[in-house]
Amino acid sequence: MKKIIVTLSALVSFTAAAFAQDDVYPAAKQSKKTAIVGATVHVGNGQVIENGTVVFDNGKIVYAGDAAAAPKAENTIDAKGKQVYPGLILPSSNLGLQEISGVRGSTDINEIGEFNPSVRSIAAYKAESVIINTLRLNGILLAHTIPGGQLIAGQSSVVQLDAWNYEDAAYKTDMGMHFYMPSLLSRGGGRGFGRGFGGAPAGDPTKEALDKIESVKAIFREAKAYHQKGADKQINLKLEATKGLFNRTQKLFVHCDQIKQMIVAIDFVKEFGFDVVLVGASESWQIADLLKANNIAVILTQEHSLPTTDDDDIDQPYKAASVLQNAGVLFCLNDDDPQNRGRNLMFNAGTAAAYGLGKEGALQAITLNAAKILGVADKTGTLEVGKDANIVISEGDILDMKSSIVTDAFIQGRAVAITSKHKQLYDRYKHKYEIK
Amino acid sequence: MKKICLMFVGLLLLNFVQAQETFQVNGVGDKRDGCYAFTNATIVKDAQTTIKNATLLIRDGKIVAVGESVAVPADAVVVDCKDKFIYPSFIDAFTDYGMPQQQRAQAAFSFGGPSQLTNNQKGAYGWNQALKSDVEGHKLFSVDDARAKSYRETGFGSVLTHQKDGIVRGTGTVVALANNKDNFVVIKEKAASLLSFNKGTSTQTYPSSLMGSIALLRQTYLDAAWYKNNPAATGLQGDGVNITLQSFNANAGLPQIFDPADRGAGDVWGVMRADRIGDEFGVQYIIKATGKEYQRIKEVAATKAPLIVNLNFPVAMDVEDPADARLVSLQDMKHWELAPTNPGAIEKAGIPFCLTSSDLRDAKSFLASVRKAIENGLSEKAAMDALTKTPATWFGVYDKVGSIEAGKLANFVITTGPVFAEKTTLLQNWVLGEKHAVNESAWTSVNGNYTLTLNGATPQTFALEIKSNNSATVIAKDTVAATFSYDGKVVKFSFAPEKRSRNNIRFTGFNTGNTFNGTAQDADGNNFTWTAVYASAAKPDTASNAGGRGRMGAGGNGGGAAGAGKMGKVTFPMMGFGVDSLQTNAQAYLIKNATVWTSEKEGILQQTDVLVKNGKIAKVGKNLSDASAKVIDATGKHVTAGIIDEHSHIASASTNEGGQSVTSEVRIQDNINPDDIDIYRQLSGGVTTSHILHGSANTIGGQTQLIKLRWGADDAGLLFKGADPFIKFALGENVKRTSSTQGNNRYPDTRMGVEQVLNDAFARAKAYEAALAQNPATRRDLELDALVEIMNKKRFITCHSYVQSEITATMRIAEKYGFKINTFTHILEGYKVADKMKAHGVAASTFSDWWAYKVEVTDAIPYNAAIMTKVGLNVAINSDDAEMARRLNQEAAKSVKYGGLTEEEALKMVTINPAKMLHVDSKVGSIKAGKDADLVVWSDNPLSIYAKAEKTMVDGIVYFDREKDAQMRKQVQAERSRLIAKMAGEKRAGRPTIPATPSYKEVHICNDHSHKLGMLEIEGEELANQNDNK
Repeated sequence: MKKIIVTLSALVSFTAAAFAQDDVYPAAKQSKKTAIVGATVHVGNGQVIENGTVVFDNGKIVYAGDAAAAPKAENTIDAKGKQVYPGLILPSSNLGLQEISGVRGSTDINEIGEFNPSVRSIAAYKAESVIINTLRLNGILLAHTIPGGQLIAGQSSVVQLDAWNYEDAAYKTDMGMHFYMPSLLSRGGGRGFGRGFGGAPAGDPTKEALDKIESVKAIFREAKAYHQKGADKQINLKLEATKGLFNRTQKLFVHCDQIKQMIVAIDFVKEFGFDVVLVGASESWQIADLLKANNIAVILTQEHSLPTTDDDDIDQPYKAASVLQNAGVLFCLNDDDPQNRGRNLMFNAGTAAAYGLGKEGALQAITLNAAKILGVADKTGTLEVGKDANIVISEGDILDMKSSIVTDAFIQGRAVAITSKHKQLYDRYKHKYEIK
Repeated sequence: MKKICLMFVGLLLLNFVQAQETFQVNGVGDKRDGCYAFTNATIVKDAQTTIKNATLLIRDGKIVAVGESVAVPADAVVVDCKDKFIYPSFIDAFTDYGMPQQQRAQAAFSFGGPSQLTNNQKGAYGWNQALKSDVEGHKLFSVDDARAKSYRETGFGSVLTHQKDGIVRGTGTVVALANNKDNFVVIKEKAASLLSFNKGTSTQTYPSSLMGSIALLRQTYLDAAWYKNNPAATGLQGDGVNITLQSFNANAGLPQIFDPADRGAGDVWGVMRADRIGDEFGVQYIIKATGKEYQRIKEVAATKAPLIVNLNFPVAMDVEDPADARLVSLQDMKHWELAPTNPGAIEKAGIPFCLTSSDLRDAKSFLASVRKAIENGLSEKAAMDALTKTPATWFGVYDKVGSIEAGKLANFVITTGPVFAEKTTLLQNWVLGEKHAVNESAWTSVNGNYTLTLNGATPQTFALEIKSNNSATVIAKDTVAATFSYDGKVVKFSFAPEKRSRNNIRFTGFNTGNTFNGTAQDADGNNFTWTAVYASAAKPDTASNAGGRGRMGAGGNGGGAAGAGKMGKVTFPMMGFGVDSLQTNAQAYLIKNATVWTSEKEGILQQTDVLVKNGKIAKVGKNLSDASAKVIDATGKHVTAGIIDEHSHIASASTNEGGQSVTSEVRIQDNINPDDIDIYRQLSGGVTTSHILHGSANTIGGQTQLIKLRWGADDAGLLFKGADPFIKFALGENVKRTSSTQGNNRYPDTRMGVEQVLNDAFARAKAYEAALAQNPATRRDLELDALVEIMNKKRFITCHSYVQSEITATMRIAEKYGFKINTFTHILEGYKVADKMKAHGVAASTFSDWWAYKVEVTDAIPYNAAIMTKVGLNVAINSDDAEMARRLNQEAAKSVKYGGLTEEEALKMVTINPAKMLHVDSKVGSIKAGKDADLVVWSDNPLSIYAKAEKTMVDGIVYFDREKDAQMRKQVQAERSRLIAKMAGEKRAGRPTIPATPSYKEVHICNDHSHKLGMLEIEGEELANQNDNK
């Protein structure tokens, strides 16, 4: 089989070479003070400025407000009738770690082992992935790229999506640690399996899972002791890597969906004082108050999902976000669909908007809230003075597919190219068929 | 106490057996004729006839006479059965008693493993290993007295047994449950032929799906007829000697029993699926019931199939933990509550049926389960018939078993009372004239007051009161409870004469009439003898008043709680959001003042009315009025035609038959599942018609089925009537099994091979068509029939495709054989060959923006739909995904964003365009007078992400209404709460419960892309394998 895999990878690189956007360059540093004028400005924190102006200089926003009070700029972009947003943030993805999900050679997501705290996603991040431009084309300018695996999978980083290499891309490095919690559901056994009423479960998967979770805690207890040792200690790379969790410079992202898993996750706040974020968390709407009380944030990975149970309200996943919002839980939205690779983030938010979040609330869920959860709200997430000029201009409502057409985007003030392999192929075949 | 003595005599005769003429005797001959007279009994000869004070006379294992005035011969051993009842022993119609254990290794199709494409069984057998028609149960059978004993203890005297292995399972045999030589035990060698959907131990890859099993059976009926009627069939140009088909034909005259639940979908539709096969070939199966017949009793009764009904009623779950309870579905909880009503519902529907103890978790619970069924509506007479006369009649053994009549086998049970009454104890079970003790200690009550004398140096006397066979008290210095047990023969007890005394005296002894005699030892080791002499009757104790007379097992206070209290309703489907009754009459509606997206040349009409009558669109226009119509005010709202999903996998019990590269014989239609919540969920997204496709596991997949989403209808009721038949083809990575981890051995392994598979299939089909025309006796081939239909433009292809080479090559094969590909589905590189596609005349059904999930979709672009549209192709947007299907309007809207189509063009891609490619545009897909009233009222512009379907109607019936949905949510919660409380009550009452088991949902996906499974979703194929590898 190895040969086949090699052949397939070769094929991928060939295809990539043909349409690798080799003529699409990462943008140069901002050289001119720029004003975007005449647009409806969505700040990202719920505030909307009609006929607003956003001015940015040296990669930073220097003004966002009424046209009247705006400072002069060397370069003006007329965005009359358009909508201006903060750069959208994809808060949980394997962007840059995988080109083609069916091809092992193009995939760097899961490392071997169950306790990999020292593993870092940024080291494998492919800054020129063809996926990236398709996201940028939709206004997604930042992403959180995470390792997968079992139990402790490693560390993640936030990247900006216009870079020559991973070091340029790094926006906040190693800011998260990822814990994939084993399932606490009994999968049943015997004939009745899958039909509700069955025989006794084979083994006790719940107990096995709880034992595994306990083993993770045991390691963290040892890690805590390890960090108390003097400078002459023998270095243990794995334990060393957990330091940020204990001093809260790094968050623990716990990937789980079940109510009981989420309740167990609270232990990591209580016992270790970690800054915990739940990822997935499709059932989080049921324990929103508990999450709020423990300051646990939530990344709802896929708004566009079927309800968990047949008896759930048919729109339960669509309205889950509004339950969290009403309870005051810090949450953000994501697009985890393996078939479109994250580019429908804003439409997941649009659905949440229709089911209780409201448009600005939904926007906030993919901008400011995401920035807060990823620890980059000091630099991005809103169109506020002092923050990086991560800005998107859309012809219409970015959350609604019939009008979500991005015309301009800026990352740290750099005017990034709004094109992709897809657009290039589109142009190529428009040419073939002489389509205007 | 005379009766007890007689009973002991009976015990001594335990080894009376028929001697076998041709066998050598090792020792002294002991031929006895076992003549017994059971006198003074209440004899239930059959369900209709009970005689009192009657005598039953048996000899040589047979009944000699039965009646009120039977002369007892001098050589008869007389058993006084005063106060006792005698019944014909029961017959279990569905067992594998005495059959060898099967190794359950099975090779189902998987995308990972290698295939076994031919039969591994050595010998002159047929092509498929799952056809085991040559198996003869009576040749495999051997007495297994341990299992026989457990049957006997619940009243059975004989069973039909067969080897539960394979789709065709060979013959079953009726045997007595005697501990005797196998030779005497077999009552009828070949009593039935058995079938199922489960290929069992067959390691052959085909069939790997429910619809594959059905197709294999259909083809086998055709093959068997061909083999029988066509002399050439046995020749060198035919099949030669084919033992499988020979046996299949030989068994055709037997009763045919079908078990559809064994690796079926576990749903009630299995009954209908099996029956339809029988209907096609003129066979009326006896069908093993699924336990859920009450959910669709009308459909089940319409099959006219007799049923074999099990009593495997679910046990309550422990639902006290709300997080656990949440994952138990209403469907499962409702079934728990109503399953015990199933036998009663079957009786009430007039369906002939037997009862079986099969599938019970605990065989001992059989009689309790019958009682539970009686408490829930089954009549005692019907229960008795279902366990005696009915199975005996079906299997042609009513001359031997099934009632107490002279000349029949001496198979009967003796009980303390009416057999189904809770207090009744089964005393003895006689099989072939041989007694088997079941619970003899209950034959006579030893309850009463006794004078207990301990014969020491100074005899001591105590008053002993025996309260039951397990409890007694002794009046000594104090009144103390004794530890007491009496098993009908031996008594053991101990007590300390004073409370808190350590002087515990232990007694053991025997009963001899009114007296017990035995030995005892005290705490100091002194030995005594003792006697206990009956003095007086015990105080009457109502609780131990066994049985009662007249009405047996009066309902209400029985073992289960199910008989009591309020019961839930059967809904359609039997799950959350099911409806109480099916809507059949379309009412007239007048939708007023809407923005109407006609998907016709009229375009989008403002402030327009749509009148719906008799399920059709009657008029479209301004200011319409109709007094009979219910008005729907749609001011500010939008109305579109119902959305049509060209590529869906909902509502089917299996999706992929990947066992071979060409499986055009399989049909999605054979395994439609109307109990799929996704039907309702998709209605909530405005979908009214779905094209249910076979998966993409092989080049020529199965026949597809167009359905309308008539939520609550039965499987036949979902079908889109009068639609042209289609078939699914597939190309590329999936059919060449690129993701196979263990290497692919199924041809093709390249796109070159895919082209050859197509070429070869149609070459064979052409030859077949010619052969049929020349000679009508040519073997019918369901696989080739479908391909001939394609060539004759009677069946149409929707072909899964991605890259341009395979698209072009497939069009060229079609052209070679004189037909066109109707639709390329997925078709993500369609934009590269849109001009060629247009020249061929094929339609395109694609995703809006999927890509990068495998190599063949690396060039997939979201502009595909727009380019193909602009080149002039008929383009649809499909889902291939039960979640996305709820948002197809939005998926269509993406072509406005990617490629700049107009909103009107975009909506057409999910309405009239798919209608055209499915050849149903004369009926659905647009808003035009005369068409089916499949309509959606939207809250907003239907292309907007903010739009919600408020009402979705199919044929003028509103199947989804957002306001009604809000009420149903509350009803679902209320019904869940009621059942959770009821289950919790079971636990508090100390009745058995099992841990809460999440209601996993089988999902069937085409395996094309990485479908993200939800928390409770399990891939159907995986599930089937786990069931079999139990």
